[in-house]
Amino acid sequence: MASFIQLLVSGLATGAIYALIAVGFTLLWQTSQTINFAQGEFVMLPAFFILAAMNAGAPFWFAALIGIALAVVILGLLFKLVIVDPMLQHGVLPLVISTIALSLLLKESAKDFYSSQAQPFPTLVPATDIHFFGAVISTQSLAVLAVAVATIVTLHLLLDRTRLGRAMQATAQNPTLALILGIPVRRMVLYAFLINAVLAAIASILISPIYLAKFTNGETLGMAAFVAAIIGGFNQVRGAILGGVILGVLDNLSAAYLSSQYRGAFPLLILIAIILMRPQGLLGRVEERTV
Amino acid sequence: MNRVGAAAAVSIAIFAVAAPFFLKPFGIFMISMWAVLAIAAMGLNLTLGYAGQVSLAQGAFVGIGAYAVALLTQAGYPFVLAFAAAGGLCFAVGWILGYPALRVQHHYLAFVTLAFTTLVFLVLRNEEWLTNGIYGINGIARPAFFGWSTRPAPNFYFFSLGTLAVLSIATWWMLRSPWGRAFVALRENPIRALSLGLDTRRYTLMAFAIGSGLGGLAGGLYAPLVQFIEPSSFALGMSFNLLLMVIVGGSGYFFGPFVGALIAVLLPEWMRIAQGYYLIVYAALVIVMMAFCPSGILGLIDRVSKVVLRSRPTAAALGPRGSAQGSVHEHGP
Repeated sequence: MASFIQLLVSGLATGAIYALIAVGFTLLWQTSQTINFAQGEFVMLPAFFILAAMNAGAPFWFAALIGIALAVVILGLLFKLVIVDPMLQHGVLPLVISTIALSLLLKESAKDFYSSQAQPFPTLVPATDIHFFGAVISTQSLAVLAVAVATIVTLHLLLDRTRLGRAMQATAQNPTLALILGIPVRRMVLYAFLINAVLAAIASILISPIYLAKFTNGETLGMAAFVAAIIGGFNQVRGAILGGVILGVLDNLSAAYLSSQYRGAFPLLILIAIILMRPQGLLGRVEERTV
Repeated sequence: MNRVGAAAAVSIAIFAVAAPFFLKPFGIFMISMWAVLAIAAMGLNLTLGYAGQVSLAQGAFVGIGAYAVALLTQAGYPFVLAFAAAGGLCFAVGWILGYPALRVQHHYLAFVTLAFTTLVFLVLRNEEWLTNGIYGINGIARPAFFGWSTRPAPNFYFFSLGTLAVLSIATWWMLRSPWGRAFVALRENPIRALSLGLDTRRYTLMAFAIGSGLGGLAGGLYAPLVQFIEPSSFALGMSFNLLLMVIVGGSGYFFGPFVGALIAVLLPEWMRIAQGYYLIVYAALVIVMMAFCPSGILGLIDRVSKVVLRSRPTAAALGPRGSAQGSVHEHGP
C-alpha cells in the first residue's frame, strides 16, 4: 500500500506535467487547427535556454524567466509567424509535415549547439523525503504537482473568468461569428500560441530535473501529450487535463506492477483502445467528419 | 506519360544501369540503398499520395520485413520464400492495423501509426528470444539465384534495381486500373467517391495494406543489403525519413518517391562539409519547401514547366483551411 501511494503521487506529478503539455497542444488545435508534432521539442528546448542563461552567470530564478521569455518569442511568436502562418492556406497536411521537420530541426540544434549528453538540471526545491503513513514522498513530486496545478488553475481562470479568455473561447468555437462580434480573431490565435509556449516552458522547468535535459526528451513527451489529448478529448481543455493525469498515473503503475520493459507500450495501447471505442475522447464532443 | 516524361524515364533508367560501373563500393552501397528505400517510399506514396492518409508506420513495416527475411533465411528457408513472406506478413499486418486506424483520419492516423512504430520497436527490442534484442541479427546472407550470387556489391545493386523495376511496373499498372483511379478519387474528394458507390473504407484499407506490403518487401532487401539489423534502425527516424522522401520528391507523383529517396540518400554525402549540421539544413529546407511548394520537387518542376510551356499561370495548390481533405495536391500523376 505504501509503495502504491508513492507511485500514485509521483504518477500524479508526471501526469500534471503531461497535462500542461497536452493543454497547449489542444489550444493550438482549437484555435488554428495546428497539429504541433514538435510539441515535445517545445518542452525539451526551454531547459537548454535556461541552462545557457545559467552558464552565462544568471541565478536559476532569473534564468528561468529568461527561458520562459525566449520560449514565448521563439516557440510562440516566431513559430506562428514563420512556420504556421505561411502554411495555413495549404491545409492541415503540409503543416503536419512542417512541424515534423521542425521537431527534427530543434532536436538536432539542441544536440549540435549545446550537447548530446544529458545535462543535470536544478530542482525547484531541495530534494528531501516526507514520510506519510509509511510512504516516502519526495518534496520534488509535491512541488511539481503544486506548480502544475497552480498553472492550470490560472489558465482556467484566464479562460473562464476574463473577457480575454471568453473571447479566446469564442474564437475557438466559431471564428466567423467571433469576428462578427468584433473579437480580434487573429490576435486571439496569437495569444493561444504564446500561452502554449509558456505552458511548454513551465513543463520544461518541471520535468527536466527528473528526466535530465536531453535533446531526445521531446520524443516521449510529444507522444504523451498527444495520447493525453486523445484520451481526454481533443477539443476540450478539461479533457487534456484529465487525459494527462490518467496517463501519468497509469504509466507509473503499469511500469511498477506489469512490465517495465514495455513501459512505453501501455500509453499506446490505451491510445489505440480509446480511438477504437471512443474516438472523441472521454470528455470530447463529437466532431463532424466528412467520411 | 508524355514524350518528355518517357525520354526522362529512359535516360534515368540508362543512368541507373550504368551507374555502378563508375562508382566505388561505397557508392554502389548508397545507390543500392536508394533502390531499396525507393520501394518503401513508393509504398508510402500509395498510402499518402494516392489515398491521402499520413502514415508514420512505413519504417516499422520495413523493420518487420527485414526481420522476417533475416530470421527465415537463417532458419534455412530459401530467400524467395522469405521475401514473399515479408511482403505478405506486412500486407496482413497493414490490413489489421488499418482496420481500426482508418476509422480516424489524417493527424489522428499519423499518431496511431506513430504509436504502432514505437510498439514494433519495443517488441523488436524486448523479445530477445526471437529478435536477439539490442544486439541485432548479424551475418545475413545475400541470396543466390541459379548460381548467380548477389554477394558482390554490383550484383546486389542490380538485384535491387530489378526488384524496384518489377514492383514499379506492377504499381504503375495497378494505378492505371480502376483500383488506382479509386485511390485518387478517395484523395481528391472522398464524399464524391462515396456517393459514386465506391466502398471508400475498403479502398483506403487496400491502399494502406498494399503500401505496407511494399514496405515489407523493401525490408526484405534491406536486411541482405546491410547484413546487420538492429531495432533502432527501424525506430521513428526511418518512418520520418520515408515520409519526408515522399513529400520532398512530390507525393501523388509516381516518380516522386524515387526523387525523394535519391535526395535523402545522397544529401548527407553532398553535405559532408556541413558535417553534423546537415539534418538541421535538411529540416529547414523541408520547412521552406512546405511553405512555398507543398507538392514537392516534381510539383515544382510541373508548375515551372506548365508556366514555360503554356505561359499561363497555374492555380496554386490551395486546400481550404483546415479542410477535411487537407490535400496538398493539385494534380494526379
